[in-house]
Amino acid sequence: MSEPPRESGSASNQAAAALSVEDRIGLFRTMTLIREFEEQVHRSYLEGLVHGTTHLCNGQEAVSAGVAKALRDDDYVSYTYRGHGQCLARGMDLEAAFAELFGRETGVCGGIGGSMHLTDIDRGLIGAFGIVGAGLPVAVGAGLSAQLAGRKQVSVCFFGDGATNIGAFHEAMNMAQVWKLPVIFVCENNLYGEFSHILHTTPYENLVVRAAGYSMQTELVDGNDVLAVYDAAAPAVSRARDGEGPTFIECKTYRHRGHSRTDPAKYRDPAEVEAWLKRDPISLYRAELGAAGLLSDAEAEGIAAELRLLVKSAADRAAAAPWPSPTQDFMARTFVQ
Amino acid sequence: MTANEKIISTGAAAAPPSMHEITYRDAIVAALREEMRRDPKTLIMGEDIGESGGPFKTCQGLYEEFGAARVRDTPIAEAGFVGAALGLALTGFRPIVEIMFSDFLGVCFDQIANSIAKHRFMSGGRVKIPIVIRALGGAGLRFGAQHSQTAESWLLSVPGLKIICPSNPEQAYLMLKAAIRDDNPVLVLEHKALLSMKGLVPAGADDVAMPTGPRVLRPGRHATIVASLAMVGKALAAADSLKAEGIEAEVIDIQVLRPMNVAPISDSVRRTNILVTVEEQAPTGGWSSDVVADVVSQAFDYLDAPPARVTLPDHPLPYSPHLEDALIPSPERIAATVKSLL
Repeated sequence: MSEPPRESGSASNQAAAALSVEDRIGLFRTMTLIREFEEQVHRSYLEGLVHGTTHLCNGQEAVSAGVAKALRDDDYVSYTYRGHGQCLARGMDLEAAFAELFGRETGVCGGIGGSMHLTDIDRGLIGAFGIVGAGLPVAVGAGLSAQLAGRKQVSVCFFGDGATNIGAFHEAMNMAQVWKLPVIFVCENNLYGEFSHILHTTPYENLVVRAAGYSMQTELVDGNDVLAVYDAAAPAVSRARDGEGPTFIECKTYRHRGHSRTDPAKYRDPAEVEAWLKRDPISLYRAELGAAGLLSDAEAEGIAAELRLLVKSAADRAAAAPWPSPTQDFMARTFVQ
Repeated sequence: MTANEKIISTGAAAAPPSMHEITYRDAIVAALREEMRRDPKTLIMGEDIGESGGPFKTCQGLYEEFGAARVRDTPIAEAGFVGAALGLALTGFRPIVEIMFSDFLGVCFDQIANSIAKHRFMSGGRVKIPIVIRALGGAGLRFGAQHSQTAESWLLSVPGLKIICPSNPEQAYLMLKAAIRDDNPVLVLEHKALLSMKGLVPAGADDVAMPTGPRVLRPGRHATIVASLAMVGKALAAADSLKAEGIEAEVIDIQVLRPMNVAPISDSVRRTNILVTVEEQAPTGGWSSDVVADVVSQAFDYLDAPPARVTLPDHPLPYSPHLEDALIPSPERIAATVKSLL
């Protein structure tokens, strides 16, 4: 059984210490928004509104929120099929996100991409990659673009622990380091690659070992502690902007649900699940804000209720949106004419 | 007039560029150099293409002119740098990548087939992917089974790509320039055995456009021969020998594998009534199967004989010159196939 990290890394935070009260509440809002969105996706799936499959990120919200907080609007972000959280943390329109999951014309990709392929180039959301590891070389290209453009942008790439076993990961890590690119590799180590525990597929649990093999700067953080994530991301982003090259940030986290819709995740030890549920990133952070006198229970409930309503109303509007036309010009979607 | 004839004639009409005789290799270099001068957002990446000028010297002099940032040596990591091309394209650059041997397309197949070819579509048409992937393929250089494939078939079945195959220096130049200006992913399959081929090429042509279909290289009324890459020259040689026997073969360069446009070939077959295809690939799953299928659909009543396909055998290519030469379609075999149908 894999133990969750016992200690939060936030005690020694430096970047996080400088966050305003508003910023801190903002992180809570972002995480809660992602959770409420994913819960609504789950309900919508059961109602038959979401099709095929979907990969929820419940339990991993602190990684998306903490990293996004360290970014500028003109930075580039790439992610995976489990990428709803990253999209929302960058401000993707809720209704357009739901409409995409529902396969509707008003979806962020016109209903053509689906749950696994939310892309919103205007928000720097350059793509969700459904093939494990495939996004990493693309993120390296965006990092090279940033380096060449000279505007101090960074390219952030989110991926799971499973991706570190595929060749594209290694090629991307090597290229980013040898070219000193402003790329932040964010590994969401949730201990399971699809249905397999990390130790069934990988000789160790701490994947920072792999980054060391590329002489890359690393951070190993409690991915369920949003301030710890931010505290790792902020200096990494800052180094990247200053031309000091890439960083590999390993965020230890856990997905509350199975790999995808059809996976009840029975391969996990119930005691392990229970231990991690006790370390739910939103509850932990809410307690931390409460203890610091920044957010009362009533205020936290108020925020959650407000966001739940916002999410529900966006989902309802998306569900009422028209289907895309099967007679639209698909070749124009495929090629610039 | 075919689309490609139009390219050349418009290039000549605007400001008649002077023609000069250069090799296929130098035509590639000239196209790269001119387009990189024209658009500062272009850059090229590949293995040993910088100071070394490329293993086949297809990037000769580019590093000296454009520097290491735009003429970038990569690690031996095709998935890595081809994937990086997508990241560059999504963020405002116009990357060109060189795949040293077309055989290595297998290493980056996922990036091309699943990412590059689909990314615009999956975004609902909201991003553009201006990428050129140049790959040097083909047999005849005694490189053995892993360094001799044209790999035309591999990506033929992938929607979302354009695939073009220049068979002479002029096409290598014009088609590559057009590909670099195209806002879509274009796979340019070049042929190693053609690198030293000389031909007249316009200098500094500025009015270029992507070819949209096959091109008739030699008119004829008795048979239609369709070929690609190095097989075009073999087909032309076959047509020469057939001519001596009073048989006029029309030779068509397929030149655009994706999106494939067979209608002009069917037009030719309606006049000649005979179809022979020549492909430097194994017989299964190649472009000639599609050509035959479409011609049969489009011009069935005009065929005087079943179409014939001349291909490599259905096994990998051997190394020994004696064996390789025996297996690559020859002008004699092509001519004999044509005669067998008349």
